[in-house]
Amino acid sequence: MSYRLGVDVGGTFTDLLLIEEKTGRTWRNKVPSTPHDPSVAVINGTEAICAEAGVKPGEIDQFLHGTTVATNAVLEGKGARTGLVVTEGYRQILQVARSLVPGGLAAWITWPKPEPLAPLETTVEVTERLAADGSVVKPLDEASVRAALQRLKNEGIEALTVCLINSYVNGAHEKRVGEIAAEIFPDIPVSLSHEILPEMQEYERALTTVANSLVRPVMAMYVANLRAKLRALGMKGRINLLRSDGGLMGSEKAEGHPVNLLMSGPAGGVTGALWVSRNAGIGNILTLDVGGTSTDVALIENGEPKLRRETSVGHLTVRASSLDVKTVGAGGGSIAHVPELTRALRVGPESAGAVPGPAAYGKGGDRATVTDAHVVLGNLPESLLGGTFKLDRDAAKAVVQKVADALGVTLYEAAQGIIDIANENMFGALRLVSVQQGYDPREFALMGFGGAGSLHSNAVGKLMGSYPVIVPVSPGVLCATGDATTQLRYEHARSFNKMVNQTEDAEIATLLAEMREVVKGDLKDEGVPEDEQSVRFEAGVRYAGQGFEVSMAIDIADFEAGRGIEAVKAAFDAEHKRLFTFNLDVVHEIVNLRAIGLGKAAEMPAQKLAKGDTDPAQAKLRDHRMWVEGQERDAVIYERAKLEAGDRLAGPCVITEMDSTAVILPDHVGVVDDFGNILINPVA
Amino acid sequence: MAATIIQTNETPFSPIEVDTITLDIIENALRNAREEMDATLFRTAMSPGIREQGDAFPLIADRNGLMVVGQFGSFIGGFLRAYEGEIEEGDMIWLSDPYSCEGAVSHNNDWLIIRPIFRQGRLTAWACMFGHQTDIGGKVPGSLPTDATSIFEEGVRIPPIKLFRKDVLQEDILKLVLHQVRMPEWCRADLLAIVASCRVAERRVNEICERFGDDLFASATDELLARNKRAMGHLIASAVSEKKVSFEDYICDDGRGFGPYKLKCTMWREGEKVILDFDGTDPQAVGSVNFYLNENMLKMFFGIYMIMVFDPQVLFNDGFYDLVDVRIPERSLLKPAFPAALSCRTHALGRIFDVLGGLLGQGQPEFLNAAGFSSSPHLMYSGFHKDSREWFQLFQIGFGGIPGRPWGDGPDGHSLWPGFTNVPNEFLERYFPMRITRYTSLPDSGGAGKNRGGNGILMTYAFLNDGIIAIHDDRWFTSPWGVNGGEPGERSRKVLRRKSGEEIILPAKCDNIEVQEGDELDYITWGGGGWGSPVERDADLVALEVKRGLVSIEGAFDNYGVKVRDDFTVDEAATTARRAEMAKTIDTSQIFNFGPSIEELRARCEVETGLPAPMPPRQH
Repeated sequence: MSYRLGVDVGGTFTDLLLIEEKTGRTWRNKVPSTPHDPSVAVINGTEAICAEAGVKPGEIDQFLHGTTVATNAVLEGKGARTGLVVTEGYRQILQVARSLVPGGLAAWITWPKPEPLAPLETTVEVTERLAADGSVVKPLDEASVRAALQRLKNEGIEALTVCLINSYVNGAHEKRVGEIAAEIFPDIPVSLSHEILPEMQEYERALTTVANSLVRPVMAMYVANLRAKLRALGMKGRINLLRSDGGLMGSEKAEGHPVNLLMSGPAGGVTGALWVSRNAGIGNILTLDVGGTSTDVALIENGEPKLRRETSVGHLTVRASSLDVKTVGAGGGSIAHVPELTRALRVGPESAGAVPGPAAYGKGGDRATVTDAHVVLGNLPESLLGGTFKLDRDAAKAVVQKVADALGVTLYEAAQGIIDIANENMFGALRLVSVQQGYDPREFALMGFGGAGSLHSNAVGKLMGSYPVIVPVSPGVLCATGDATTQLRYEHARSFNKMVNQTEDAEIATLLAEMREVVKGDLKDEGVPEDEQSVRFEAGVRYAGQGFEVSMAIDIADFEAGRGIEAVKAAFDAEHKRLFTFNLDVVHEIVNLRAIGLGKAAEMPAQKLAKGDTDPAQAKLRDHRMWVEGQERDAVIYERAKLEAGDRLAGPCVITEMDSTAVILPDHVGVVDDFGNILINPVA
Repeated sequence: MAATIIQTNETPFSPIEVDTITLDIIENALRNAREEMDATLFRTAMSPGIREQGDAFPLIADRNGLMVVGQFGSFIGGFLRAYEGEIEEGDMIWLSDPYSCEGAVSHNNDWLIIRPIFRQGRLTAWACMFGHQTDIGGKVPGSLPTDATSIFEEGVRIPPIKLFRKDVLQEDILKLVLHQVRMPEWCRADLLAIVASCRVAERRVNEICERFGDDLFASATDELLARNKRAMGHLIASAVSEKKVSFEDYICDDGRGFGPYKLKCTMWREGEKVILDFDGTDPQAVGSVNFYLNENMLKMFFGIYMIMVFDPQVLFNDGFYDLVDVRIPERSLLKPAFPAALSCRTHALGRIFDVLGGLLGQGQPEFLNAAGFSSSPHLMYSGFHKDSREWFQLFQIGFGGIPGRPWGDGPDGHSLWPGFTNVPNEFLERYFPMRITRYTSLPDSGGAGKNRGGNGILMTYAFLNDGIIAIHDDRWFTSPWGVNGGEPGERSRKVLRRKSGEEIILPAKCDNIEVQEGDELDYITWGGGGWGSPVERDADLVALEVKRGLVSIEGAFDNYGVKVRDDFTVDEAATTARRAEMAKTIDTSQIFNFGPSIEELRARCEVETGLPAPMPPRQH
């Protein structure tokens, strides 16, 4: 038998999902994460799940892994000390940055002076210059390179970045600097900007490449460590990592390009949601992944998640493709407060974190959080995690009462207000990925997951008009499901920068064919056979003179047939009108071309539930009272594991399972589908 | 005469009690809408000035035209008072003439779109945005002629007219205007982008109203304004004294040989009201450096400064306007009489912020920032490509040193304007015949202080094509002042190096300078003033900044009293001695350090700057 194992490392738990490839049979497991060395939990969990399933690690063909190692290195400022080599005259490229002071007028008064990602004392200039067309203005002075790199020797750098002006057109000078660096620093990884991001804009290219260098040593160590431990267990299969764009890449390639893994964690949730959406037969989905300190949201249209050309982690934004996941500082631990001056209710972005956590956790939290408000309202029953974890309802009431006093409202009004504001923040994030991109949220379902996603999803879905609201099966291991069920993906992009009247279909067809071979080669290197490979293409298009391009799907066959340019023009005009309400009578520019090679995804059929009689009585735990929509009401608590397909759950009610709780609002009904997902709709 | 608003439904909005949570939700929704306006604009506009640099400003106002979200204050009141006509559903007003809207926009380059939002026949809200057009015709490329003496020389002037009637674009009007400008495609795209942004705002306002009801929306915007007024009322009462305080600063010259021009403001509180009186400001200039300052805009600047300096938690809108009384003398530099030239108002606009900072901070020096606003340093470069003979035209905004602040050092080479960014040099090199051979902050240009002022920028342009350039900058004659013992920042300068090797010092304001292929321009901007005594700055940090190339080894010794060795360690003994010496000469009793007096500056001008001293402005 062959198996694939998906593993998602989260802040609190490491989730695992083992799939028997032929049958689609699955096993799930959850072990506490080990933040000091995440691979410990991965190995513990792998051993546990193999034992449970009676599978030898040697039978696992593919190990598929979403990791926040790179993310955390950035967030915690624990990246490598990075050297940076730039063109003469540009040492301060990261110091001056784009000169932007974020915020409104006079925001400079309080904006902290940022430290560059690669320190100035480890940034050196070399003598060389390329023109904008890639021609050599001044040849590379190798003596200046050696002298500059020698100066870095004393700085204790752990990684090196090379970013020269106009190298996105011609990488020759960077390559040569890289070769010399390999002589002088044989043990240090070197990242070249034209390889990491062959695009115009020197600051963004430098920053992205430095970010790559920053996380390279820590990723390399983690991956090597993990690989050794897995091999020691007898696991011989491929080790693939989930990239920010939701595709998998081989762990060896990932070591050289870790900047592509900065959003690996959230990408697992979206790919997991994709799997659920395929089973549920719903193509348009908004995802709502609510964690302790923040909420991630994304949009899936016709089974395709939206991609963006940037990745943001904390304050760092780099040019690497990622699923368009927006994050807001609203989660279960977000703190509610009332500033004295305005007496407005604010929720977050400050969070109580894991320690002290919400007051209801009884670990010393003394400020009201979203979780406390849920406890007060009765959305969260007194015990979590299958009864092992008791909630302190009195403590929650006490802290929410403080907010109520500051606002001059009742306890329940304050608690409801805290939830409403948190919902509104989530709503705001969802609007960014839907309405602001020209999508009508009423044409989308909403799927909540993560620890608290299903506590909020019904209310947020109501605000958005997004139905059904989906409570997926096993929302706690949805990310691991995503890791295990997505596919290998390799991208190859090239700058093109030509007006459509300066090129021809044939030229583009030839380029695309070349690019196709590159990504097919990457897939072949990962052992994907020819018949399991597929390649598709995109072009970045804009009206000449605009600063941003819109990514359009293109078909190589159109260009081979001589109708590709006309097709992409028409498609762009339609998209521009949809996004921005107008078109311009201006020549179109094709900014870049991209080939995307995909391997085959796992065929993991979801398991079906036993069919019930629509009455969920067998799953009822007990009667309950909850405060909802301005009044206290009778409600019921159900146990998720005992629900049957076809059961109808009338709101208000609460559904609990091991690591997640869902709320259904009054005038709504949840129907359990064949696979165990609960689909909530308003009562007609 | 005032505008007549035609509503088909005159039913007044019924006041509704709005709970605080709904209010916060509506405020958030409006803020999101405003951000969406920006996003739409940047994605679709074409001129580098707007799409790369962000020179555009949106707002959403309530039914009475008071800004609820935005940052430059409402333009609508001034427009409504000045507009002689009817406003109906489906209108989209377009204007650029400052004299037709009480200075709501302050030069012809800023094209403003005003969109009244009607629902069920009732005026419910307004959406507006203006953006700086790279070229609006007239005597010089970029349309900011230094030598203009009337607004008729400053490109096309658009009075308030209807670009859309009943939501139909008036193509003839657009054609007529675009026929006057050098870059019609940019102007068309930028204008349509602004229109699209206003439509986005309208859609969002409609959604909010559908969700909460029109009456509740009206009451909510009322309450948002009232909430801001209450918060600002507290701030004003606690931070503004009844005793009069004054502050004055200068713009260096008018580009015609006269200067500096004084801007003076006196502030005091009477009851709950603040008075800001610009009496003592110099009379209007003959040239184009006049700044037609809209009183409401000044109120907004004041409010934002109060908030940012004293309590950044407060969200601002137009609600507090009644609490501020702005008095600007007629025919002064800040209220010139028609048809005075206005195009180069950026210098006085920038200086207003230094004046406000000095005015507000002097009562509580611990909150005081040093000076930093030069203006928006502009470079224009245009000509015909040597091969294609096609016209090219660049308008670029530069940046300088952010002042030293109570919170810490000022960033180097950053923008004091919100949302502005530099243009990537690779973009410039790809689309314009130039190469940027140096792009760096200039060591020692930031004023020394416990918290250092940010360094100015040194940008070297190598021109690869013949053409003409124009420069608009300031702070070349007076210095960005330091505070609380901090030193002033370095002044700006511009050096043109001919291919022959000849070096020419260019004035801070000049037009029509011919450049040839192979010439180079060093464009150097101002450094921010320093905050606190430089001898109190951590010596190890000074040494580290030497290593980083942000401070020179000489600058460390001369300005900070830190002796840095060649290996970037601190020579403690030499440092202690030098600092003791310096401490004697630092006058900590003075809050402000302006550097030399105007008379001294004049006397040394030619020697220090390479340019003749400006003559005192003539009265006229």
